[in-house]
Amino acid sequence: MTTRVLGDTGVLTGRSLRHILRSPDTIMTTAVTPIALMLLFVYVFGGAINTGSGESYVNYMLPGILLITIASGVAYTAYRLFLDMQGGIFERFQSMPIARSSVLWAHVLTSLAANLVAVAIVIGVALIMGFRTGASVANWLAVAGILILFTLALTWIAVIAGLSAKSVDGASAFSYPLIFLPFISSAFVPTDSMPGPVAWFAENQPVTSIVNTIRALLAQEPSGSDIWIALAWLVGILVVAYAFAIAIYRRRIS
Amino acid sequence: MTTGQALEPAIRVQGIEKSFKDLHVLRGVDFTVSAGSIFALLGSNGAGKTTLVRILSTLLKADAGTATVHGFDVAAKPGDVRESISLTGQFAAVDEVLTGRENLVLIAKLRHLTNPGAIADTLLDRFALTEAGHRKASTYSGGMRRRLDIAMSLIGNPPVVFLDEPTTGLDPQARIEVWQTVKQLAGQGTTVLLTTQYLDEAEKLADRIAILHEGRIIQNGTLSELKQLLPPATVEYVEKQPSLEDVFLALVGATGGDRTDDDRTDDPVPARKAPR
Repeated sequence: MTTRVLGDTGVLTGRSLRHILRSPDTIMTTAVTPIALMLLFVYVFGGAINTGSGESYVNYMLPGILLITIASGVAYTAYRLFLDMQGGIFERFQSMPIARSSVLWAHVLTSLAANLVAVAIVIGVALIMGFRTGASVANWLAVAGILILFTLALTWIAVIAGLSAKSVDGASAFSYPLIFLPFISSAFVPTDSMPGPVAWFAENQPVTSIVNTIRALLAQEPSGSDIWIALAWLVGILVVAYAFAIAIYRRRIS
Repeated sequence: MTTGQALEPAIRVQGIEKSFKDLHVLRGVDFTVSAGSIFALLGSNGAGKTTLVRILSTLLKADAGTATVHGFDVAAKPGDVRESISLTGQFAAVDEVLTGRENLVLIAKLRHLTNPGAIADTLLDRFALTEAGHRKASTYSGGMRRRLDIAMSLIGNPPVVFLDEPTTGLDPQARIEVWQTVKQLAGQGTTVLLTTQYLDEAEKLADRIAILHEGRIIQNGTLSELKQLLPPATVEYVEKQPSLEDVFLALVGATGGDRTDDDRTDDPVPARKAPR
């Protein structure tokens, strides 16, 4: 049974990866907005922002930009899942002797692949803009691990949206608040420059601890308790979103 | 009764009920379909045909009653049922981004068959799609898409095939092509349950016809049995006029001159023969 889940998931992932390769613009549009934001913040606003640290502003804001990239990228997963369910192909899969969970996992793995490519493009542009890090391979692996966890957590939220949406627009609307969340965090300005209640929200929402962790890892500084808070948030969101998505999926297919 | 397996009906439906909130779509449906036959479920829009097909193909659970397909209970053994069936839904279930050939290879792989590429090529040839096999399915005409859809359903030779309104929205030539395919299937021993709202379709294809009305089967029999329900035919002399369909098909050719694929080399049915 397990081999069948893996085999079917592999075949279906191949299918949706092919969808992406045939419309690579979905990856480009995912990367374009964060790159534009990066240019705007580094070359327009950045000069006026005092981060209180000695590092360059592009180094400071890159972690937040990477999270925005992923948050906008997962919207395509909801979109693709919704389109699958609209067309008859979803029912065809459900009436075939395949592992039913593989239909969802294929979309999740495709989301992971597409978002990692978009993230790599954004990091490439950041390097051109002067982003530098002396991070070790182990630190890079840790950053990659956190970004993968973040992508998985957000992708399962996207699955919920895709499964329960009533229209194409509704399927991707969930991502707007997710894209906005990094702005009210430590991603672009230090939280202590914000007024009281906003600072409280910024300091206690998940993005801040994730951003601080990635920033520390790339700067080769100790991340302190941030990494554990970030991991707790990520695993917590992932587990809850996964459970919800599977429950909704079960209800949809029974 | 010596070989129970052969006499066992391919589909047995007993007292199936299904409601959506206050709407009682199915109110106790009973029928059996013998193996290797074509069974037409006739009913107007909203009669519950699709609901019944969805229950039989394990996509939906019935509220009451039992149904077995190929000897397996749809509620208790959905996995075995899925191994035995294929479903061609009301709307062509093809992946529009993939090519015709990729669609077939995808299904062959998901059915865990060896050599999916060869299976795909054979089916492309059989359904006159070889030329179009490397084009995206989104560029196909309605008839080609339906042919691809049915071809995908036949992969793995499932013993029971459900066709939900297979010719709705097709032009007359494409309808005839689908009919030929269905007849071929039954000729090979496949059991076909098809739903339709076209009376002539049921008349031409089906061994037995059941009429689903207001959630129940109100009649079930062969065409001649159904005809006997009405008073015997009176003899009237009516000038034989060609129907518009006859004229249309005579003008454009029964299988159409403008099909993108003309390599129907192994087509068992003469290409120009009108169906009447």
